[in-house]
Amino acid sequence: MTAYTATVTVRLKHGVLDPEAETTQRALERLGFELADLRSADRFEIDLEADSTGDAEDRVDEMAERLLANPTIHDYDVEIAER
Amino acid sequence: MTVAIIRFGGSNCDRDAERALEHLDIDAEIVWHEDEDGLPAETSGILLPGGFSYGDYLRAGAMAAHSPIMDEVREAAADGVPVLGVCNGAQVGCESGLTEGAFTTNESARFQCEHVYLRVERDDTPWTAAYEDGEVIEVPIAHGEGRYEIDDDRLAELEDEGRVLFRYCDENGAVDDPSVNPNGSKHNVAGVLGETETVAVLMPHPERATLPDVGGVDGQGILEGFAR
Repeated sequence: MTAYTATVTVRLKHGVLDPEAETTQRALERLGFELADLRSADRFEIDLEADSTGDAEDRVDEMAERLLANPTIHDYDVEIAER
Repeated sequence: MTVAIIRFGGSNCDRDAERALEHLDIDAEIVWHEDEDGLPAETSGILLPGGFSYGDYLRAGAMAAHSPIMDEVREAAADGVPVLGVCNGAQVGCESGLTEGAFTTNESARFQCEHVYLRVERDDTPWTAAYEDGEVIEVPIAHGEGRYEIDDDRLAELEDEGRVLFRYCDENGAVDDPSVNPNGSKHNVAGVLGETETVAVLMPHPERATLPDVGGVDGQGILEGFAR
């Protein structure tokens, strides 16, 4: 078994309205910053032991599919690194 | 015969729902979601109440949707037991797969607590048999994450299948003016049916429009679905 850290990034699908990001962008602009756009995402870091990178990825993928992301509105990606 | 009102940690409309059902002479019982006995044997209906289950961690309804009792709720729903999700219960319903789509952050990015008008899209379900097709009812909303979101093509299919139950509208039933859509829901959707007509979720609160002492009673007909 090898120790891995999986990083799951969950973001809204393209085209899904993100009112919190829009509000955050407006707040930055009120502070005087210039920016073209702002998107927000959730990032989860999961430490786990697995037989291989592929095994770790499969398990984390299922975690994302079943709970961390809502496939109706979210896309997600998984990165695996040895820890 | 009793309606099981599932209380999760953070539910806060469970007692309102119990009082509203009692007012309608519908027997109801609050069931703690971790109760070892699970749903009462005589469960004839299930209400998923409003509130902030698990503090809306991750996404509103996401944690409660994976609470063990939800397996029982899904089985009961598949067996034809009527299930109604209200507000946070609607979010739980969508997160648990009882209904399709997602209720997410309001377009305003604010919590909104106000009275809204709803157009009844069909009157041949247990939840809407008390109304006429196209009837306009007034029911309160109180949510920060009520914007109905779903893939456009899938929404078109659900509409074709008659699974949109309520839409936000003006007092005459018109839906075109964006100002009548309080949270930016796609196609003004306020409530949808599951795979069967006995499963429904909606963001507005019928239990807050049932007792005459607290305002309107337009929500009574929805809760009466448990007695049909």
